[in-house]
Amino acid sequence: MAEWPLVELTAVACLAAMTAYVLFAGADFGGGVWDLFATGPRAKAQRGLIADTIGPIWEANHVWLILVVVILFTGFPKAYARVSVSLHIPLTLMLVGVVLRGSAFTFRSYDRRDDEIQRRWGLVFAVASLVTPLLLGVTAGAVAAGGVAPPGTRSFAAAYITPWLAPFPIAIGVLTLLLFAFLAAVYLTVEAPNAALAGDFRARALGAGLLLFPGAAVALYLARNDSPWVFTELTGASWAPVLHLLTGSAAVSALVALWRRHYRIARTAAAVQTALIVVGWAMAQWPYILPPTLSVYDAAAPTATLTLLVGALAAGAVLLLPALAYLFAIFGRSANGEPRSASGPDSHAR
Amino acid sequence: MTDLLAARSQMAVSLAFHIVFAVIGIGMPVLMVIAERRWQTTRDPHYLELARRWAKGTAILFAVGAVSGTVLSFELGLLWPGFMEFAGPIIGMPFSLEGFAFFMEAIFLGIYLYGWDRISERAHLWAGVLVAVSGALSGVFVVIANAWMNAPTGFTLVNGLATAIDPVQALRTPAAFPQTLHMTLAAYAATGFGAAGIHAAMLLRQPANAFHQRGLRVALLMAIPAALLQPLSGHHAAGFVAATQPAKFAAMESLFETQAAAPLLIGGWPDPVRREVRYGLEIPGALSFLATNDFGATVPGLDRVPRQDWPNVRVTHLAFQVMVGCGMLMILAGLLGWRALAQRGDLAQHRRLLQLLVIATPMGFVATEAGWIVTEVGRQPWIIQGVLRTADAVTPMPGLIVPFLGFTALYVLLAVAVVWLLRRQILGAPDTTEWRRRHEPITQPARHG
Repeated sequence: MAEWPLVELTAVACLAAMTAYVLFAGADFGGGVWDLFATGPRAKAQRGLIADTIGPIWEANHVWLILVVVILFTGFPKAYARVSVSLHIPLTLMLVGVVLRGSAFTFRSYDRRDDEIQRRWGLVFAVASLVTPLLLGVTAGAVAAGGVAPPGTRSFAAAYITPWLAPFPIAIGVLTLLLFAFLAAVYLTVEAPNAALAGDFRARALGAGLLLFPGAAVALYLARNDSPWVFTELTGASWAPVLHLLTGSAAVSALVALWRRHYRIARTAAAVQTALIVVGWAMAQWPYILPPTLSVYDAAAPTATLTLLVGALAAGAVLLLPALAYLFAIFGRSANGEPRSASGPDSHAR
Repeated sequence: MTDLLAARSQMAVSLAFHIVFAVIGIGMPVLMVIAERRWQTTRDPHYLELARRWAKGTAILFAVGAVSGTVLSFELGLLWPGFMEFAGPIIGMPFSLEGFAFFMEAIFLGIYLYGWDRISERAHLWAGVLVAVSGALSGVFVVIANAWMNAPTGFTLVNGLATAIDPVQALRTPAAFPQTLHMTLAAYAATGFGAAGIHAAMLLRQPANAFHQRGLRVALLMAIPAALLQPLSGHHAAGFVAATQPAKFAAMESLFETQAAAPLLIGGWPDPVRREVRYGLEIPGALSFLATNDFGATVPGLDRVPRQDWPNVRVTHLAFQVMVGCGMLMILAGLLGWRALAQRGDLAQHRRLLQLLVIATPMGFVATEAGWIVTEVGRQPWIIQGVLRTADAVTPMPGLIVPFLGFTALYVLLAVAVVWLLRRQILGAPDTTEWRRRHEPITQPARHG
């Protein structure tokens, strides 16, 4: 077994990448959801803002997922292999969503500006943005519910379907979708070029943010039976009250700030809230990567691999984080304070 | 269809689809950076327009490459959990490095595509350079992981389990150099001839088009050196395969019997049952030379390999013939293109060359696909040469024909959409003649759509 704290560091790196994926790519998916539900006199402006906001950054944000996968199969190969077997179906469906979301968004950005074609790609993009987070959440829920177990001699349905097509994983799927939609709406209030458009997303953020409370309650209620180890930790562990207090106050701060139109504060609070939810899930599972049997220590790769992996991740972060900061500095409205050109990738040609 | 065959087919379709976009993601950034650099030094607006249009094509293709690459990173586990559980700790390192390289590529491509008016010209050009460098690096890292499957190192096998794992040693697999060099050159040749062929086709229609003249020149600048260096790298790679994977090498050339001064076979239809080849053209001693640089050397044939460990000889052989044939055509086009460039005249006057280039448009991609068929089919029945059989690595999940058909349909749909989109981008290119350019330089590129 690897020496302390190699396994822990690898797990933390994986969690950090996962949190980054949720905070950044999650919001991109949420943007697609609001594209689907764009309504009112400013529907077109809403879609335009969403496209301009995610256009330059979605591909970089997407790479966090690849990093999670790479850390999993390098650092915890046993867990990666088991998840891939048991959750083959939801993961495959999620991948279809990933492919369609990305391609359709790009095709729409570069296709002719005919409304008919725009609408067709736009619809694919938006529907895929809705389905993918749902399946991502279902997968996470199935892991937390102990759905990942060797298929053995069980029937096809018992081995490959019921672990994820069950109330608790579906509740986590819905919660994930709500969370992504909430994040996107909050971020978009900051990115909006005028108060009216910001107001549209403020209303959406408030709606999604309020729905998160019953969503979380339902998930916790279902966890009682379906994911007892997570439930026990979330309700009984010594750290649990602190976590709930912090998450709850971040959630309330986000809503209050939204209500009072302090959008930047709302953005920070929503991000903190979301990160705490992901961290809370990880803490409730700890030290199990696949509850109830496979711990991070049992799943971990040998010391030589983990040492290099942690080293590579640290070195990579030194390159990556400034590059990411540069990307966001160039395109974030908050950074330059100027209205973005409502044009996309090649303004001069149109 | 067995589940194993379905899994292999799905992997094959996914890789065959992704490779096209991966190759373009390596090659196109080089073209757009050269064009942008020329714009900055000459202020000829056609170069700016070229850089922008190539960048748009890159954007479309890169997005499809990114998402299809994501599918592959999951499919490694979804289809081959036994492989990943075994190999993850050993070759996770090149995949991790690839992850970072890909991250940098995505970040700087975003900056490049959307940052034309937001950062300085210098910073913009450098963003493009970083895209090109990290694109090439991410390709190199992924190919290293594949090289390890062909020549596994960095562990000791004890009762089917890997012990004494040394990921650094695995990174230094001896197959890494020949494979990464061959693949990187292939990417530049394929993209270069792909772009050159398109501009050549447009020049045949509009010989005086200044935009396509420049596009063709820049594309040839990348395609020609890659095509001319490729046979050297191919010879080196072949020698390596002959030394480490004799079954693959014998299958490539349908060498059923071990022979001294073995002939190189051009074309031919192998019959694995009767162990003979029909309709082939033989060059005496050339196969021995390819394998060992010695025309008289003995080359081990498939008779040295147990029958159940043979790869599919027909597929491997045909793919190898196709790859070499396409390579030869690109060398010819490269030499003629070089001569035309050296004359410094109007490229549109070389109509024969333009026609040849149009024919060569898909050749680099065909050669790349064929080369991957050689290396992957030629390694069968092993997923890790001599260590783990493909049949032992496949997922226990039944019904794999369903995801295979699903992904195939999805990729066909995407391919049609991409071709459709690119076609419109290409046909919308500006039409200014050299004559008009001298008198009224373009300022506003033609609208498209």
